[in-house]
Amino acid sequence: MSVVTAVTCPVCGCLCDDIELTIHDNKVVKVKNGCAMCEAKFMGYSSEHRLLKPMIRKNGELVKVSITEAVKKAANILAEANYPVLYGWSNTSCEAISVGIELAEEVGGVIDNTSVVCHGPSLLSIQEVGIPSCTLGQVRHRADLIIYWGSNPWSSHPRHIERYTAFSHGRFKKSAWKNYVTKIKALVGRKKVQSAIKRLFVKEKIPSAVALSNFRHTPYLQTGKNSRKLIVVDVRRTKSAEIADYFVQIEPNKDYELLQALRALVRDQELEVDNVAGVPVEYLEEIVDAMVSCDFGALFFGLGLTMSGGKMRNIDAALSLVRDLNMRTKFVIMPMRGHFNVAGANTVFTWQTGYPYAVDFSLGYPRYNPGETSVVDILLRKESDAALIVASDPISNFPRKAAEHLTENPLIAIDPHMNVTAQVADVVIPSAFAGIEAAGTAYRMDHVPIPLKKVVEPPKGVLPDETILQRILAEVKKLKQANVREEA
Amino acid sequence: MGGCCETAGLGSVVLMSINEKPKLEATLITGRTIEQGVEKEYGKSSREYAESVAVCYIDAEDMKKLGVKEKTNVQVSTRFGSVVVKVLKSPRTPHPGIIFIPYGPWANSIIDPETHGVGMPSFKGVPATVEPAADKPVLSLTELLNAQFGKV
Ligand code: SF4
Repeated sequence: MSVVTAVTCPVCGCLCDDIELTIHDNKVVKVKNGCAMCEAKFMGYSSEHRLLKPMIRKNGELVKVSITEAVKKAANILAEANYPVLYGWSNTSCEAISVGIELAEEVGGVIDNTSVVCHGPSLLSIQEVGIPSCTLGQVRHRADLIIYWGSNPWSSHPRHIERYTAFSHGRFKKSAWKNYVTKIKALVGRKKVQSAIKRLFVKEKIPSAVALSNFRHTPYLQTGKNSRKLIVVDVRRTKSAEIADYFVQIEPNKDYELLQALRALVRDQELEVDNVAGVPVEYLEEIVDAMVSCDFGALFFGLGLTMSGGKMRNIDAALSLVRDLNMRTKFVIMPMRGHFNVAGANTVFTWQTGYPYAVDFSLGYPRYNPGETSVVDILLRKESDAALIVASDPISNFPRKAAEHLTENPLIAIDPHMNVTAQVADVVIPSAFAGIEAAGTAYRMDHVPIPLKKVVEPPKGVLPDETILQRILAEVKKLKQANVREEA
Repeated sequence: MGGCCETAGLGSVVLMSINEKPKLEATLITGRTIEQGVEKEYGKSSREYAESVAVCYIDAEDMKKLGVKEKTNVQVSTRFGSVVVKVLKSPRTPHPGIIFIPYGPWANSIIDPETHGVGMPSFKGVPATVEPAADKPVLSLTELLNAQFGKV
């Protein structure tokens, strides 16, 4: 039995690098410091749904083949296609992504990563407006006001609050955790008193909403120089909203209005309405007070903002709000990136092609025009004639119409799991888990590169994504040379 | 009935059709839940994964109006399709008129594919109707894929 420390968790964009694993007999038997998702990944990665053998669809059935045969078949499909799509990339290492881009150029296809269906609009906005940002370390040590907008870190990035924001213990800022516990205790105490009163005077009704509204509207961290405040803006009262000092429940698809209203308030303009997006203006004024009076504010936004009505315009407004706030105090903004290496995919794409996603090589040089060269649009227009999917599951993540076109053409899936895409694919190649069975590099959501460790050996014959892609690339080059010779 | 913007915020609207079957007009939000996040790490062909995503969280008040109990089946329909899922009472209410389905093949069979020129479909804020469907089964992943793509 051995213990490996400082392991990076390859699940979400937080990329926590303080995980401790106990390894026994080439298996992870204990996970320390991780959240539920991290534990599930390290303990469950070798579950029964693991892919172990390459497969090719013959007469409608997936049959096991050798890796050489699978690689040849994949290379054939890609080399013969006119306009193949290479998609996925955010759950693998930067090294693998780099080979993928070379492959896309070689076959003259389109390469796109999962940010197209998550923070794509954010990237477009950032290109237009610019982004005042920083690293998560800065936030941890200095921020005294945290805002989560359209993001529920409690579920999607479980340790974000604890490691980097409200509940983290920074050099200059204290964790709000203690205050939270005190608050909960007080709340429970109050509830107990209430139910005791109820028992004594059965008829008298105590509305339980009182306790709740007190909790939501009484900022419990107002005092103390080193304390932090937490604001959550969401359409639903999520778990994250419950621990917030201020919760703003906004009507769906009204983020843009609310952001612009906040901008007006930050610039000391009067609003001539009582409500914006279902939120009383008085409450908004309170929130703007908190924003301009903080020393260092950080706004984290999630898919609630990028995916709802207005899309990239919402992000424009959020970036502009932060720009306005910077005239009054210090404020930063950061997208909550989902998959562990989606930021890495954007980075590698950019340094190799000049663009962060949706890159089209069909003319021999990189072109970028989201809406045209982005994968969902290509599929909806039924333009592609083959696809290679790496470490992603578009069949279960894309709208049905887009997924349909993927299944109508030759489909290659490289993945550690028998996911939905692999189930309908024509060529399936199992791969080693990046960050568990294969080393590499990944970028955290604040664009800090962090090494991924290899902690156990992959199952026999299973290769890392990088190696598989290199072999496909070599095969494609061979095919092309053969074609050239034939033509000559 | 009104689009999502009118419906949401003003509370939910329950319509009665001729045969008195109640219908709920709502705004569909899809997103992540920690259960889905955990189960997907175990593998998407697992039954637990299906159980964690083939569900629809509805406000308790809306459930009353619809006359449905927890863990019974409902049919959620949008302009883009229709799918049967299990009802779960939303743990974080009130949010009348807003329903939530976790990311997954069930949610994706009814979301808006249009990308409005930015490459991203609308996963959140799609107008939808919910109706009780005690007589219709929730399809398993294989059945759903077969029905949609005929290739598994
Ligand atoms: S918060 Fe994200 S990176 Fe950190 S342990 Fe949990 S899943 Fe892993």
